[in-house]
Amino acid sequence: MDFIPHTDAQRRAMLETIGAASAEDLFEDIPAAMRAGELNLPAGHSEIWVRNHLEHLASKNATHLTPFVGGGFYDHYVPSAVTAILRRGELYTAYTPYQAEASQGTLQAIYEYQTAICRLTGMEVANASLYDGGTALYEAAMMAARLTGRNKIVLDSGVNPIYRNMLHCYTRNLNVAFREVPTACGPTPRDQVEPFLDDETAAVILQNPNFFGFIDDLADVVDMAHRAGALAVMSCYPISLGLVKTPGEMGVDIATGEGQSLGLPLSFGGPYLGFMATRKEFIRQMPGRLAGVTEDGQGRRGFVLTLQTREQHIRRQGATSNICTNEALCALAALVYLSLVGKEGLKEVARLSADKAAYAAQRLDRIDGVRVHRAAPFFNEFVCDLPVHAGEIVSGLIEKGYAGGFPLAQYYPGMEKRLLVAVTEKRTREEIGAFAEALEGLL
Amino acid sequence: MNIPDDLLYTMEHEWLKPVDDGPALMGLTAYASEQLSGVTFIELPKKGQEVKRGQKIANVESVKAVSDIYAPAGGTIVEVNNALESDPSLLDEKYYDDGWICRIDLTDDAELDDLMDAKAYREYLGTLAG
Repeated sequence: MDFIPHTDAQRRAMLETIGAASAEDLFEDIPAAMRAGELNLPAGHSEIWVRNHLEHLASKNATHLTPFVGGGFYDHYVPSAVTAILRRGELYTAYTPYQAEASQGTLQAIYEYQTAICRLTGMEVANASLYDGGTALYEAAMMAARLTGRNKIVLDSGVNPIYRNMLHCYTRNLNVAFREVPTACGPTPRDQVEPFLDDETAAVILQNPNFFGFIDDLADVVDMAHRAGALAVMSCYPISLGLVKTPGEMGVDIATGEGQSLGLPLSFGGPYLGFMATRKEFIRQMPGRLAGVTEDGQGRRGFVLTLQTREQHIRRQGATSNICTNEALCALAALVYLSLVGKEGLKEVARLSADKAAYAAQRLDRIDGVRVHRAAPFFNEFVCDLPVHAGEIVSGLIEKGYAGGFPLAQYYPGMEKRLLVAVTEKRTREEIGAFAEALEGLL
Repeated sequence: MNIPDDLLYTMEHEWLKPVDDGPALMGLTAYASEQLSGVTFIELPKKGQEVKRGQKIANVESVKAVSDIYAPAGGTIVEVNNALESDPSLLDEKYYDDGWICRIDLTDDAELDDLMDAKAYREYLGTLAG
């Protein structure tokens, strides 16, 4: 289909109809100081010049560091098959499947992705994906508020601090209040959750493993929430679900998380993949796209977008969310990854990550002055106490070729000497040994 | 189109049936049902809710649209037709009987004077396009 742009005459007629003097007027809600002015672009250059220039800029990124840093986003292996399948033209360029008859491939992929997420989390129904783990958590919080008709949320501070910042930012002008449970370098303190629960609590928001890497069976906290008439929302690390108890098994009502670990590169911040799964009874309050399977007029199986009446192109301001898209290509990567590794493969990736983290923790613990926190079992990420400021150590480690970990003081005051270290199946024994030596050399 | 003579009507195509010594019954008209062409879901009014005339009390979904339902007169919603939750298709054919939506205990009977009788409603339908 050809692209047919509007003519100037058509534009003038449209502006006149709505009473705008110029196209500029349509942007008057954006403060003048924030509007784009002149862009400092040079005149056109040759492809060679442009390539050289951009490669020079890209080379300033530190892509050579061996990563021991996590904090919600992990350096897991991306199988070649994922990239090969994603790059296929018909998948790479597929647009929003509003026309079911022209989008059966896309819709089937979304449906299978949703199924995979349900199996992974042990939940009943999943949506077609959201932007990332943080916005997915926000959507879950709002969904819980709608379902319960309440507006207080109990938020575990062991939940990723970036996600907590997002929750506060997104709800700044909404009638939602948070009470934070002061979880610190350990599992969720139950006695600090209980006092916050009352008949105005919409949800308790948890994370497993938590930001400090600790794994916990949170079924009892879920029960506490339910007894107060609140819902349990949990942000999960998908690879860990190959080993640990699933949110479904814990009785969680809405499970969300970051799908980056499932076949997506770190890419300095995205694109990432938010997943959400819930109980069938809550399906009408779930935001995002939903692919469903049905039969056409001739009894043949077909896939469609379903329950679109939740979405804003139909319900407008009454919609479950303003999201009108999904991360289709990223969701496809996750589907390909999960299909490729399978149940046994996922368990193996999880086991290798956990085993290598245990080995790394052992090696670091042997260093004088370094102490690994073992208040509870951890998955593939752990906290070390260092004798000096963690930020200094991280800088030193960068010089030695390592992204050495996440200095917790960035988000947790008082934890200046604590470093959060992550290990995945990609790290070798040699890399871990060399990393430990490098760290020791800086102390 | 079936427009029963014993009901009162709103411009938003709801019908109201006043009942002696009891709460009034309400639902959607044949015209509304036809426009919806296949109800897939109804978000029922809340039992116990106090409503004003014209207030949005519920909404009904067809495959590609959502339509709001308004209170024909003010009062308290004392009963809701839960059968519609499991079978929204009652609104496709049985909109005047089994597909009733709720019962409202009216606050002010005088508001009934503002509603159309069957004749006025038929005339009103005649003015609508399609």
